[in-house]
Amino acid sequence: MDLVDFPSMSRGDLRDMRIAIDTAFRDFTRAYGDTLESIFHPIQVLLVFIEDLLIDAPWIVVLAGLAGLVWALGRSWKIVAGTVIALLLIGYFGMWEDTMRTIAMVAVCTLIAVVIGIPVGILMARSDRANGVITPILDMMQTMPSFVYLIPVVMIFGLGKVPGVIAVVIYAVPPIIRLTNLGIRQVPADVLEAAEAFGSSAGQKLREVQLPLALPTIMAGVNQTIMMSLAMVVVASMIGVRGLGQPVLQAINNQYFTLGVMNGLAIVAIAIIFDRSTQAYGKRLQRHLEAQHG
Amino acid sequence: MAEATHDIEIRDLYKIFGPNGAAHVADVKAGMSKEDLKARHDHVLGLDDINLTIPAGRIQVVMGLSGSGKSTLIRHINRLIEPTAGKVIFEGRDIVQMGPAELRDFRREKTAMVFQKFALFPHRTVLENTTYGLNIRGIPDGEAEERARRWIARVGLEGFEGSYPNQLSGGMQQRVGLARALTNDAGILLMDEAFSALDPLIRTDMQSVLLDLQQELQKTIVFITHDLDEALRLGDRIAILRDGRIIQEGTGEQIVLRPADDYISSFVRDVKRGHVITARTVMRRVEPVETPVTLPATALLEEAARAMTDADASRANIAAQDGAHLGVVTLSKCVAEMIAPDDGDEADAKAQVA
Repeated sequence: MDLVDFPSMSRGDLRDMRIAIDTAFRDFTRAYGDTLESIFHPIQVLLVFIEDLLIDAPWIVVLAGLAGLVWALGRSWKIVAGTVIALLLIGYFGMWEDTMRTIAMVAVCTLIAVVIGIPVGILMARSDRANGVITPILDMMQTMPSFVYLIPVVMIFGLGKVPGVIAVVIYAVPPIIRLTNLGIRQVPADVLEAAEAFGSSAGQKLREVQLPLALPTIMAGVNQTIMMSLAMVVVASMIGVRGLGQPVLQAINNQYFTLGVMNGLAIVAIAIIFDRSTQAYGKRLQRHLEAQHG
Repeated sequence: MAEATHDIEIRDLYKIFGPNGAAHVADVKAGMSKEDLKARHDHVLGLDDINLTIPAGRIQVVMGLSGSGKSTLIRHINRLIEPTAGKVIFEGRDIVQMGPAELRDFRREKTAMVFQKFALFPHRTVLENTTYGLNIRGIPDGEAEERARRWIARVGLEGFEGSYPNQLSGGMQQRVGLARALTNDAGILLMDEAFSALDPLIRTDMQSVLLDLQQELQKTIVFITHDLDEALRLGDRIAILRDGRIIQEGTGEQIVLRPADDYISSFVRDVKRGHVITARTVMRRVEPVETPVTLPATALLEEAARAMTDADASRANIAAQDGAHLGVVTLSKCVAEMIAPDDGDEADAKAQVA
């Protein structure tokens, strides 16, 4: 008996199987592609709206608006100053429009990830069965090479913004789900018992006790989600998402070193701005823990 | 002010922890021991045939060592733990039979609870912690705050309304816990080892706060403790729990004077008897004697002894509240009762050795 070669399916069978699955999926996309596209159309509208807002408004207004947002989150002049300097440099080196597109993309993806992620995280925290089913799905979403799930997304939606958003959200939503789940599960049992003893309903426990106490952890999830969507902008540019990813892709294909580095650094700059301001916000949420009894 | 008018009646209450506790109630009723239940069915007997009437407007202490089931018992009164069998009757209703909404209303309006580890909401200020019970009942913020501020002041935390629990010491945190419970204005106050985590001095202090409050509030208080001195100081009635069973129930004096078994005797051996036993218990019912000292019936042995030594008298008359003569107590009898248990066991033992 031959023990060296693994006993595999015959090439013919394997090919037939692949063709059968691919054909079935293609038929599915032909039949339902338009319906799915129209369902996801609002994402396109929202994304285009934010993009236009950021690109068409006078740059000084946008700059002031972003600086104001960073101040509102972090209440730190240092972070605001860093933000303003980084954005001025980005603009000076001619990357303003691409940067705005990327910010719009990340904002929409984060928003969608939060809207999906927090309820799923709550569900997982409340039901061990849901936790058992969803955890391996999240593991798969995070480890599957992102190019692989780009294929069906592109087959259904073609190239463009919406498939980009979907791909980014699939990649970026797991941390917020996991950390919402973790944050709620970490609420001390004695505090929950106290809420119960005072006659809280399940909804009141969630709103008044579990979510507020989980919020710093959830914010850490939001932070992770933003970082991961930024990391995906280069990959997403392969399926037609415009922004800072596209020049990077172009630079890789043509060996344009300076173009690549400049746009790469712009992505890094936005990442740092997002990271510092959301982390500062998360810290502010925990200020009740900082003041210790001496 | 919600004054307590109804007793809490606990009847035939059993709690068996484990996946299928209900299946083993019959065995336990038939006399299966805690050890057998654990060994044969891998279930843990938490409470075993509890029957207790908790008097309205009084402090009922439930005392026991860890693992005796005392914390389990108190959680049956507001049903934080589901009983395996039995009834808990309050105002004619069986708490065990209540539906979810009814139980929620019962917890909101009739009970409030203070916890051993305080269990304050760390993200809420002292004021917000205190209003919690009223917030979830939908009471307007203005009214809730006004009521909360009154109780915060009453427990001595004025000026700390805006602090977070983390900024307070343990004693202050438990004052918040007490204010949070009192603001609920419920007839039943459940206190689960409420002062056990505090330093001895602060604990005594909090006991005084509670006794002062109870004088004016007259709530039905269920107080769990493992500390006999605390039980004797606070309890109008004391129930002693061991391995999920009540092994003695009565006033502190009854328990100290007539411990039901060796287990309780070993507990009460080190009690400051002069603080617990009243002079009335050791007096002789004889005609009044010539002495400058007349004591009320509630006077404790130590107070009686001090009054007699201060007046340089060896005897004192005991009078009822209305002034009627009850009997006579001697200084030597008072001191004798204070220093040695008079149950005869030790005297007999010594006699046998001799």
